[in-house]
Amino acid sequence: MNLECNQVWEHISGYLDKQLDADLLAAVKKHLESCEVCSAVLDSTRNILVLTADDRTYELPVGYSNRLHARLEAVIKTRSG
Amino acid sequence: MNTAAKTMELALIARVLAGESELFHELIRPYERLVYVTIFAILKNETEAEDGAQETMISAFRNLKSFRGEAKFSTWLVTIAMNEARKRLRKVKTAAENSLDESTGQGDGDFTPAVLTDWREIPLEALERKELKEKLRESVAMLPEKYREVFVLRDIEELNQEETAAALGINVTLVKVRLHRARMMLQKLLVPYLKSQAPAREGFFRRWFQ
Repeated sequence: MNLECNQVWEHISGYLDKQLDADLLAAVKKHLESCEVCSAVLDSTRNILVLTADDRTYELPVGYSNRLHARLEAVIKTRSG
Repeated sequence: MNTAAKTMELALIARVLAGESELFHELIRPYERLVYVTIFAILKNETEAEDGAQETMISAFRNLKSFRGEAKFSTWLVTIAMNEARKRLRKVKTAAENSLDESTGQGDGDFTPAVLTDWREIPLEALERKELKEKLRESVAMLPEKYREVFVLRDIEELNQEETAAALGINVTLVKVRLHRARMMLQKLLVPYLKSQAPAREGFFRRWFQ
Protein backbone atom coordinates (compact mmCIF):
# COMPACT_ATOMS: atom_id res chain seq x y z
CA MET A 1 0.00 0.00 0.00
CA ASN A 2 1.30 3.43 -0.96
CA LEU A 3 0.40 6.36 1.23
CA GLU A 4 0.27 10.04 0.45
CA CYS A 5 1.80 12.53 2.90
CA ASN A 6 -1.55 13.62 4.30
CA GLN A 7 -2.49 10.00 4.93
CA VAL A 8 0.74 9.49 6.83
CA TRP A 9 0.04 12.55 9.00
CA GLU A 10 -3.22 10.98 10.12
CA HIS A 11 -1.24 8.11 11.57
CA ILE A 12 1.62 9.97 13.26
CA SER A 13 0.00 9.62 16.67
CA GLY A 14 -0.86 5.97 16.17
CA TYR A 15 2.70 5.38 14.99
CA LEU A 16 4.21 7.01 18.08
CA ASP A 17 1.85 5.07 20.35
CA LYS A 18 2.67 1.84 18.52
CA GLN A 19 -0.96 1.26 17.70
CA LEU A 20 -0.80 0.73 13.95
CA ASP A 21 -1.51 -2.71 12.59
CA ALA A 22 1.28 -4.47 10.74
CA ASP A 23 0.25 -3.53 7.19
CA LEU A 24 -0.30 0.11 7.97
CA LEU A 25 2.90 0.29 9.99
CA ALA A 26 4.88 -1.12 7.08
CA ALA A 27 3.30 1.39 4.69
CA VAL A 28 3.99 4.33 7.01
CA LYS A 29 7.60 3.21 7.51
CA LYS A 30 8.10 2.83 3.78
CA HIS A 31 6.80 6.34 3.19
CA LEU A 32 8.94 7.80 5.99
CA GLU A 33 12.09 6.30 4.51
CA SER A 34 11.73 8.30 1.36
CA CYS A 35 9.92 11.41 2.58
CA GLU A 36 11.94 14.00 4.41
CA VAL A 37 8.91 16.19 5.09
CA CYS A 38 6.98 13.45 6.88
CA SER A 39 10.10 12.38 8.75
CA ALA A 40 10.42 15.95 9.96
CA VAL A 41 6.79 16.02 11.07
CA LEU A 42 7.34 12.78 12.95
CA ASP A 43 10.60 13.95 14.54
CA SER A 44 9.16 17.26 15.65
CA THR A 45 6.05 15.66 17.13
CA ARG A 46 8.18 13.12 18.96
CA ASN A 47 10.45 15.84 20.30
CA ILE A 48 7.43 17.66 21.66
CA LEU A 49 6.29 14.52 23.46
CA VAL A 50 9.75 13.88 24.89
CA LEU A 51 9.82 17.44 26.15
CA THR A 52 6.30 17.10 27.54
CA ALA A 53 7.15 14.00 29.55
CA ASP A 54 10.26 15.64 30.98
CA ASP A 55 9.60 16.34 34.67
CA ARG A 56 11.42 19.64 34.39
CA THR A 57 8.85 20.98 31.97
CA TYR A 58 6.23 21.07 34.69
CA GLU A 59 7.81 21.81 38.05
CA LEU A 60 6.24 21.97 41.47
CA PRO A 61 6.39 25.28 43.33
CA VAL A 62 8.87 25.39 46.21
CA GLY A 63 7.12 24.43 49.45
CA TYR A 64 4.06 23.07 47.68
CA SER A 65 4.07 19.75 49.50
CA ASN A 66 4.47 21.35 52.93
CA ARG A 67 1.63 23.76 52.35
CA LEU A 68 -0.59 21.00 51.03
CA HIS A 69 -0.06 18.80 54.06
CA ALA A 70 -0.45 21.69 56.46
CA ARG A 71 -3.82 22.53 54.96
CA LEU A 72 -4.87 18.90 54.94
CA GLU A 73 -3.82 18.56 58.55
CA ALA A 74 -6.12 21.41 59.51
CA VAL A 75 -9.04 19.71 57.75
CA ILE A 76 -8.26 16.31 59.22
CA LYS A 77 -7.99 17.75 62.74
CA THR A 78 -11.32 19.55 62.44
CA ARG A 79 -12.95 16.38 61.33
CA SER A 80 -11.63 14.03 63.92
CA GLY A 81 -11.62 16.60 66.70
CA MET B 1 1.22 0.16 40.04
CA ASN B 2 1.65 -3.55 40.74
CA THR B 3 -0.89 -5.72 42.53
CA ALA B 4 0.94 -5.69 45.86
CA ALA B 5 1.15 -1.91 45.89
CA LYS B 6 -2.50 -1.66 44.96
CA THR B 7 -3.47 -4.01 47.77
CA MET B 8 -1.45 -1.91 50.21
CA GLU B 9 -3.11 1.22 48.94
CA LEU B 10 -6.59 -0.27 49.38
CA ALA B 11 -5.64 -1.32 52.90
CA LEU B 12 -4.49 2.22 53.61
CA ILE B 13 -7.78 3.60 52.32
CA ALA B 14 -9.70 1.19 54.54
CA ARG B 15 -7.74 2.32 57.59
CA VAL B 16 -8.33 5.99 56.84
CA LEU B 17 -12.04 5.27 56.51
CA ALA B 18 -11.98 3.28 59.74
CA GLY B 19 -10.80 6.36 61.59
CA GLU B 20 -7.05 6.61 61.16
CA SER B 21 -7.44 9.90 59.32
CA GLU B 22 -3.79 10.86 59.74
CA LEU B 23 -2.85 8.14 57.27
CA PHE B 24 -4.46 10.18 54.52
CA HIS B 25 -1.19 12.14 54.30
CA GLU B 26 0.64 8.94 53.32
CA LEU B 27 -2.10 7.86 50.97
CA ILE B 28 -1.88 10.93 48.76
CA ARG B 29 1.86 11.52 48.90
CA PRO B 30 2.58 9.62 45.65
CA TYR B 31 -0.01 11.73 43.81
CA GLU B 32 0.89 15.26 44.85
CA ARG B 33 2.66 15.93 41.61
CA LEU B 34 -0.02 14.31 39.47
CA VAL B 35 -2.75 16.50 40.92
CA TYR B 36 -0.82 19.76 40.78
CA VAL B 37 0.53 19.29 37.27
CA THR B 38 -2.86 18.22 35.92
CA ILE B 39 -4.47 21.42 37.14
CA PHE B 40 -1.51 23.63 36.27
CA ALA B 41 -1.32 22.33 32.70
CA ILE B 42 -4.98 23.16 32.25
CA LEU B 43 -4.92 26.59 33.90
CA LYS B 44 -1.29 27.67 33.55
CA ASN B 45 -1.52 29.65 36.76
CA GLU B 46 0.59 28.58 39.74
CA THR B 47 -1.56 30.08 42.47
CA GLU B 48 -4.78 28.66 41.05
CA ALA B 49 -3.12 25.29 40.49
CA GLU B 50 -1.80 25.08 44.03
CA ASP B 51 -5.10 26.11 45.55
CA GLY B 52 -6.90 23.72 43.21
CA ALA B 53 -4.58 20.88 44.18
CA GLN B 54 -5.28 21.52 47.88
CA GLU B 55 -9.02 21.60 47.24
CA THR B 56 -8.75 18.37 45.26
CA MET B 57 -7.04 16.57 48.12
CA ILE B 58 -9.46 17.97 50.69
CA SER B 59 -12.36 16.88 48.56
CA ALA B 60 -10.78 13.44 48.18
CA PHE B 61 -10.47 13.20 51.96
CA ARG B 62 -14.07 14.21 52.55
CA ASN B 63 -15.43 11.90 49.87
CA LEU B 64 -13.09 8.98 50.33
CA LYS B 65 -15.95 6.69 51.27
CA SER B 66 -17.41 7.14 47.80
CA PHE B 67 -14.23 5.78 46.21
CA ARG B 68 -14.97 2.45 44.59
CA GLY B 69 -12.07 0.03 44.48
CA GLU B 70 -12.70 -0.95 40.87
CA ALA B 71 -11.22 2.30 39.57
CA LYS B 72 -7.61 3.13 40.31
CA PHE B 73 -7.21 5.59 43.16
CA SER B 74 -5.00 7.76 40.92
CA THR B 75 -7.71 7.88 38.25
CA TRP B 76 -10.26 8.83 40.86
CA LEU B 77 -8.02 11.66 42.07
CA VAL B 78 -7.44 12.84 38.52
CA THR B 79 -11.19 12.98 37.96
CA ILE B 80 -11.57 15.26 40.97
CA ALA B 81 -8.58 17.35 39.89
CA MET B 82 -9.99 17.71 36.40
CA ASN B 83 -13.33 18.88 37.75
CA GLU B 84 -11.55 21.36 39.98
CA ALA B 85 -9.56 22.66 36.99
CA ARG B 86 -12.72 22.96 34.89
CA LYS B 87 -14.49 24.86 37.64
CA ARG B 88 -11.63 27.33 37.88
CA LEU B 89 -11.34 27.60 34.13
CA ARG B 90 -14.99 28.66 33.93
CA LYS B 91 -14.09 31.52 36.25
CA VAL B 92 -10.95 32.60 34.45
CA LYS B 93 -12.06 31.84 30.91
CA THR B 94 -9.10 33.20 29.04
CA ALA B 95 -9.15 34.79 25.66
CA ALA B 96 -6.59 32.21 24.64
CA GLU B 97 -9.33 29.63 24.59
CA ASN B 98 -10.69 31.11 21.42
CA SER B 99 -7.38 31.79 19.77
CA LEU B 100 -7.27 28.47 18.01
CA ASP B 101 -10.04 28.07 15.54
CA GLU B 102 -11.65 24.69 16.01
CA SER B 103 -13.95 25.10 13.08
CA THR B 104 -11.26 24.97 10.41
CA GLY B 105 -11.33 21.19 10.29
CA GLN B 106 -14.50 19.41 9.31
CA GLY B 107 -13.67 16.27 11.22
CA ASP B 108 -11.43 15.67 14.17
CA GLY B 109 -8.90 13.90 11.99
CA ASP B 110 -8.52 16.76 9.55
CA PHE B 111 -5.37 18.79 10.03
CA THR B 112 -2.23 19.93 8.35
CA PRO B 113 0.99 19.81 10.32
CA ALA B 114 3.63 22.46 10.01
CA VAL B 115 5.80 21.29 7.19
CA LEU B 116 9.44 22.12 7.45
CA THR B 117 11.53 22.45 4.42
CA ASP B 118 14.54 23.63 6.37
CA TRP B 119 14.31 21.02 9.15
CA ARG B 120 17.98 20.11 8.92
CA GLU B 121 19.12 23.69 9.22
CA ILE B 122 20.17 24.88 12.62
CA PRO B 123 19.20 28.52 13.14
CA LEU B 124 21.91 30.93 14.21
CA GLU B 125 20.16 31.82 17.41
CA ALA B 126 19.25 28.60 19.13
CA LEU B 127 16.51 28.88 21.69
CA GLU B 128 17.34 27.89 25.21
CA ARG B 129 15.57 24.78 26.37
CA LYS B 130 14.07 26.80 29.19
CA GLU B 131 12.34 29.05 26.69
CA LEU B 132 11.17 26.07 24.71
CA LYS B 133 9.59 24.59 27.83
CA GLU B 134 7.80 27.82 28.49
CA LYS B 135 6.58 27.85 24.89
CA LEU B 136 5.33 24.31 25.35
CA ARG B 137 3.44 25.20 28.53
CA GLU B 138 1.92 28.21 26.78
CA SER B 139 0.94 26.19 23.76
CA VAL B 140 -0.68 23.46 25.85
CA ALA B 141 -2.67 26.13 27.66
CA MET B 142 -3.80 27.48 24.29
CA LEU B 143 -5.30 24.24 23.07
CA PRO B 144 -9.09 24.09 23.02
CA GLU B 145 -10.22 22.57 26.29
CA LYS B 146 -11.34 19.15 25.11
CA TYR B 147 -8.02 18.53 23.38
CA ARG B 148 -6.01 20.01 26.21
CA GLU B 149 -7.62 17.69 28.77
CA VAL B 150 -6.77 14.57 26.81
CA PHE B 151 -3.23 15.76 26.11
CA VAL B 152 -2.62 16.55 29.78
CA LEU B 153 -3.73 13.14 30.96
CA ARG B 154 -2.12 11.07 28.20
CA ASP B 155 1.13 12.86 27.45
CA ILE B 156 1.90 14.79 30.61
CA GLU B 157 0.53 12.42 33.23
CA GLU B 158 1.06 9.38 31.05
CA LEU B 159 -2.23 7.77 31.95
CA ASN B 160 -3.20 5.03 29.53
CA GLN B 161 -6.10 5.33 27.11
CA GLU B 162 -8.56 3.53 29.32
CA GLU B 163 -7.69 5.57 32.40
CA THR B 164 -7.92 8.79 30.42
CA ALA B 165 -11.29 7.77 29.01
CA ALA B 166 -12.53 6.90 32.51
CA ALA B 167 -11.27 10.13 34.06
CA LEU B 168 -12.92 12.26 31.36
CA GLY B 169 -16.05 10.20 30.93
CA ILE B 170 -15.51 9.69 27.19
CA ASN B 171 -14.77 6.61 25.12
CA VAL B 172 -11.33 5.36 24.07
CA THR B 173 -11.87 6.19 20.40
CA LEU B 174 -12.50 9.80 21.28
CA VAL B 175 -9.38 9.80 23.45
CA LYS B 176 -7.30 8.67 20.46
CA VAL B 177 -8.84 11.16 18.07
CA ARG B 178 -8.50 14.12 20.41
CA LEU B 179 -4.98 13.17 21.42
CA HIS B 180 -3.89 13.02 17.82
CA ARG B 181 -5.43 16.37 17.07
CA ALA B 182 -3.90 17.93 20.20
CA ARG B 183 -0.46 16.68 19.24
CA MET B 184 -0.78 17.99 15.71
CA MET B 185 -1.92 21.40 16.96
CA LEU B 186 1.10 21.52 19.27
CA GLN B 187 3.38 20.43 16.48
CA LYS B 188 2.12 23.34 14.42
CA LEU B 189 2.49 25.81 17.27
CA LEU B 190 5.92 24.65 18.34
CA VAL B 191 7.76 23.76 15.19
CA PRO B 192 9.24 27.24 14.78
CA TYR B 193 10.86 26.82 18.20
CA LEU B 194 11.86 23.20 17.78
CA LYS B 195 14.18 23.65 14.88
CA SER B 196 17.15 24.13 17.14
CA GLN B 197 16.42 20.90 18.99
CA ALA B 198 18.42 17.91 17.95
CA PRO B 199 16.24 14.82 17.71
CA ALA B 200 16.02 13.09 21.07
CA ARG B 201 18.35 10.20 21.71
CA GLU B 202 16.96 6.77 21.23
CA GLY B 203 17.06 4.63 24.35
CA PHE B 204 16.79 7.46 26.79
CA PHE B 205 13.12 7.98 26.08
CA ARG B 206 12.32 4.57 24.76
CA ARG B 207 8.60 5.09 24.86
CA TRP B 208 8.75 7.27 21.77
CA PHE B 209 10.92 5.11 19.58
CA GLN B 210 10.19 1.93 17.78
